[in-house]
Amino acid sequence: MTTKIERLSVLLSEHFGERAKSIVVDRGEVTIEVAADDCHAVAIELRDRPEFGFDQLIDVSGVDYSTWGNREWTRERYAASTHLLSIVNNWRLRLRAFAPDDGFPVLDSLCDVWPSANWFEREAFDLFGIMFSGHPDLRRILTDYGFVGHPFRKDFPVSGYVEMRYDPEQGRVVYQPVTIEPRENTPRVVREASYGDVGHG
Amino acid sequence: MAEIRNYTINFGPQHPAAHGVLRLVLELAGEVVERADPHIGLLHRGTEKLAETRTWVQSVPYMDRLDYVSMMCNEHAYCMAIERLLGVEVPERGQYIRVMFDEITRILNHLLNIGTHALDIGAMTMVLYTFREREDLMDAYEAVSGARMHAAYYRPGGVYRDLPDRMPQYEVSKWKNAETVRQLNENRQGSLLDFLEDFTNRFPKYCDDYETLLTDNRIWKQRTVGIGVVTPEQAKAWGFTGAMLRGSGVAWDLRKKQPYEVYDRLDFDIPVGKEGDCYDRYLVRMEEMRQSNRIIKQCIEWLRKNPGPVICANHKVAPPSRESMKANMEELIHHFKLFSEGMHVPAGEVYAAVEHPKGEFGVYAVSDGANKPYRLKLRAPGFAHLSAMDVMAKGHLIADVVAIIGTMDVVFGEIDR
Repeated sequence: MTTKIERLSVLLSEHFGERAKSIVVDRGEVTIEVAADDCHAVAIELRDRPEFGFDQLIDVSGVDYSTWGNREWTRERYAASTHLLSIVNNWRLRLRAFAPDDGFPVLDSLCDVWPSANWFEREAFDLFGIMFSGHPDLRRILTDYGFVGHPFRKDFPVSGYVEMRYDPEQGRVVYQPVTIEPRENTPRVVREASYGDVGHG
Repeated sequence: MAEIRNYTINFGPQHPAAHGVLRLVLELAGEVVERADPHIGLLHRGTEKLAETRTWVQSVPYMDRLDYVSMMCNEHAYCMAIERLLGVEVPERGQYIRVMFDEITRILNHLLNIGTHALDIGAMTMVLYTFREREDLMDAYEAVSGARMHAAYYRPGGVYRDLPDRMPQYEVSKWKNAETVRQLNENRQGSLLDFLEDFTNRFPKYCDDYETLLTDNRIWKQRTVGIGVVTPEQAKAWGFTGAMLRGSGVAWDLRKKQPYEVYDRLDFDIPVGKEGDCYDRYLVRMEEMRQSNRIIKQCIEWLRKNPGPVICANHKVAPPSRESMKANMEELIHHFKLFSEGMHVPAGEVYAAVEHPKGEFGVYAVSDGANKPYRLKLRAPGFAHLSAMDVMAKGHLIADVVAIIGTMDVVFGEIDR
């Protein structure tokens, strides 16, 4: 298994060379990071070249890195991690591209490469506000009709901004500002790397 | 002559055949579907965001509530992701228990799917029989975890506790007299393993019964053969996994191809369809249940012979036993830290996938070294399947949409998350 993963990472670095900003092999998985502009072209090659043979797009996940490690994040904030699977070669790959502009994050859509990207990209758009240029139908998917904001961004509170209730006087459902206080039962802590070292049993 | 116009209707969100809260906007030309636009998200609870605000272990029960008909498989993927991030090993007995319950879950899921699918397209009886068997399996869930559905039985590092030595018994009540109770308790006299073994011996006969009801049933075949045909190429392009992919003739099963836990030591076959229609997917699911039954049998046999720990002994990950916690200061501290601050998972990212009854259920977990996930993405198989609704339903009659929803095996807990 390990050798197979290494073979894939060697293949990737030989083929993509400069275009691969980084290729990381960690915990039996390969991650290739490419520039937002290269993403689409790389995807096509990953699908069409038989040595890669990634015939399935399994998942697209937006990530907002702005509060990484409870510290200041210094590079681009939004990324899309795409998980690919090759049924022919039986291996997986994570393809990551950071969106260049934090204010208006845009990435190329992979819908024309793998149609299954359609809904996954709609989801990333809905939850993170990442735009996918070339997407045929970039509507919100999971949130309510008329929802404002992108709830999975790190600066969006868990309890949200508005709540919904039935107003008997108006005879309809109304939105109002949330009435619950946000609370955090367990604080989020990042300790030094060796803290709670699993190896120490 | 009156002008013929396309007709747009709402199918759901309150529709018994929508399997939950699917709002399907259908554009019809007469009775033929021109376009199907599923509107999802009516059950969106923000599980992934909630998980970011809780410690790693606190999110395990949320996983049950994703696909609420195959609870333990969801937990499995989540625990596997944490274990890979931490680099801990699950004891062998824990792995066998997991595999056994994964397969119980698969049977649970397929029973519900086949029963309700048949119910949707006109065979009332099936669901009554399949729910009878589901009851036995949910009793097994209850025996190990105390809950019939939302078990929270799998934990990072193993399973919460070992299998019980005795099964809960029915008691005489206003509704059940002594004779009924005696009959109900007949196969519950021994341990959980005895109960399950009895079930595995009975189950093939039940499968035969289902097949006599459906497999050659004229109406069932008319409603499913040639409906929702997916070619292997389409299935791959649309991200299909599980029975939806195998029904189209692609022999792909993570249990065989990327084996996890102890699947590589077990003997089972992967059924594959030929035509890629609803009927083939039904046959695939039917055969998968028989194969799951085989796997459960093998697990029971192994579990009988090999006692041992079921959760890893590393108390930075898994809680110490109650006895040692009460007798030993260090264990008490471990326990306290584990359930207050929670474990710290080393920075990194993994994608852990299991062969869920519905397809590939994946958990993409990103950790920055904190006691909570930085990002948790749940890859629900039904999400990809439902996204192909438009292609699958186009050109079919409106009544076939129900058959297609049924064959996709959609459950909104996982699709909306």
